[in-house]
Amino acid sequence: MAGPSVSVDYADAMITAPIAAGDWLIVAPSLITMIGGALCLMLRKNTDLQPKLGIALLGALVLASLALLIRVLDHGVITMVMGNWLPPFGIAVTADALGATLTFIGSVVAFCAGLFGMKTVNSSGRRYGFYPFLLLLMTGVCGSFLTADVFNLYVWFEVLLISSYGLLVLGNDRIQLDGAVKYGVLNLVGTNLFLIATGLLYGIFGTLNMADIATKVAALDNPASGTLATVAALYFLAFAMKAAAFPVNFWLPASYHTPNIVVSAVFAGLLTKVGVYALIRIFVLILPASREYMADVIGLVAILTLMTGALGALAQTELRRLLGFLVIAGIGSMLAGLAVGSTLAISGAIFYAVHSIIVMTALYLAAGIMNMMEGSYNLRQLGGLYQRNVAFAGVFLVLAFAVSGLPPFSGFWPKVILVDAAFGDERFWLGAAILVSGFLTTMAMGRVWIYAFWRGGPEGTADGQSVAVTASSPPELAGGAVWLPLGVLTALVVYFGIQPEWMIELSTRGASGVVDPLGYLRSVLGEQG
Amino acid sequence: MRTVIFRTIAPYLAALMVLFSIFVLLRGHNEPGGGFIGGLIAASALAIFGIACGVASVRRAIVFHPMGISGFGLFIGALAGVLSFFNNQAFMTSQWLIFDFFGVEVPLSTPLVFDIGVYLVVVGAIGSIALALEEREAD
Repeated sequence: MAGPSVSVDYADAMITAPIAAGDWLIVAPSLITMIGGALCLMLRKNTDLQPKLGIALLGALVLASLALLIRVLDHGVITMVMGNWLPPFGIAVTADALGATLTFIGSVVAFCAGLFGMKTVNSSGRRYGFYPFLLLLMTGVCGSFLTADVFNLYVWFEVLLISSYGLLVLGNDRIQLDGAVKYGVLNLVGTNLFLIATGLLYGIFGTLNMADIATKVAALDNPASGTLATVAALYFLAFAMKAAAFPVNFWLPASYHTPNIVVSAVFAGLLTKVGVYALIRIFVLILPASREYMADVIGLVAILTLMTGALGALAQTELRRLLGFLVIAGIGSMLAGLAVGSTLAISGAIFYAVHSIIVMTALYLAAGIMNMMEGSYNLRQLGGLYQRNVAFAGVFLVLAFAVSGLPPFSGFWPKVILVDAAFGDERFWLGAAILVSGFLTTMAMGRVWIYAFWRGGPEGTADGQSVAVTASSPPELAGGAVWLPLGVLTALVVYFGIQPEWMIELSTRGASGVVDPLGYLRSVLGEQG
Repeated sequence: MRTVIFRTIAPYLAALMVLFSIFVLLRGHNEPGGGFIGGLIAASALAIFGIACGVASVRRAIVFHPMGISGFGLFIGALAGVLSFFNNQAFMTSQWLIFDFFGVEVPLSTPLVFDIGVYLVVVGAIGSIALALEEREAD
């Protein structure tokens, strides 16, 4: 401004062509939740308005992410560079089929959680910011799914982690602080490793733009060299921590059962899957040679994760901890897809991620409803739920089938794809592990079903006997706020099970977009990519 | 800590620091300074005032709850990036309004609004933590 006037050709540094208004949809998910979260933060004393505003904003988020998904399917990969600066210097936000699909499913889940939270989060929880934190969590989640910049991925991770710390301690119970410390420390280590790896990556290539790095890696003579292998190993450890893969999975069952059930539901649905998404993005798009190099290690981690998750679930009597182990088992399946690495396998992993986001959230919400009915999460104390509400028992059975990977529900197809891909790649142990884990999960869920639904009452009730059901239903269960989210999620589980073509097509597009990233590179870097 | 000297001087010191923080905020576009560092200075002003005169008087003086201030900062910071939508440009493209004010060129811009947003977020967040810690001490 004030300074010697030099004639500058802005076209060298900036995008001068007008941006289509539709491209704003790329930033809309993060922007709606960020502005909305700020609004809710300002109005947090108004506990009556909070849920209405929060749910309206989450509804807007669902619509925006659906519009984004439709646009991506119509136009292919779309990119917007912040502040009109040319990439790789401008920070790019890119929506491809993978990111847009996960954003949409994540938004639906967040909306359901917001609705469920109307009844389960009391006014003190609202005053301490349930809705602002939920919205800002979604800012981070959507930002992570849509960014095309490694450092920004780190920033969005931080945004979602800080919000998740807030959600985790909402209510201030002793046990929550205990869970939050374990969760916090491990995530801190994870994000630090992520940051160190990103620093090394920047040191090697001098750029943080994912597309730019991917082109530079592809041009290297020896893309699996020692330095890059170090970076890849650091990334793998960091994201495996986030995703709760085998040796670093202990924090998840230790913390996910402590907060309000709706918070557990959102965490179980979304947070670990962001880790898996980051693994797919980094290892398939940016460092494909390192993925091949590490495929056996990833495969071994996947097998062990599958087994720990399923066996851990069998051993638990606390329903929320049991579900926590099932989240881990699901992560194993997705890692199996990453280990194989073909388009088919990655598409299976993406489909599984979508399935797992929906079904785990639904199961946690169902556990919350079981607790409302019987006042306990303990399988020893639950019982007689089948007599209490037959329809709910049916919904739970659907979800149990889905999480075990039994047809005709959403868990079946991704498992078929993953097992097929693993056998096709001659990784028989991996395929076998997926099948065995599914079998063990069926047993774990069958246990829940027998104890909580079929048995007439708490532990000690004789066969064929039933404890009289108390007549009054708890007030939280009245109205649609609790049933609607569970119904929507179960409907999706059934829909993706019976009509899997749409999701298979989406995940295949998502997978081929990262396995063969030409479209992605062109979209970010322009035609020279 | 509540000596007579400190209690007498603290309000003036706090006022000066807030003034200085605004100066740092405004010069930040082209020179060292900006919203973050300005916000830190303002937050330390709140902390000093709180130590000298008690947290209750700080809360009265800033009228709004610090987290509310933070939320407002985030709100205007995000909105500053949206203005470029109406110009068919990408998110966060800076928009300038330069006009003449009695012979002085006054450049107003969206980066300035964004910086003010950052300033408020930092004042609110750090101020909120500082006040909470000082309150604990009083228990």
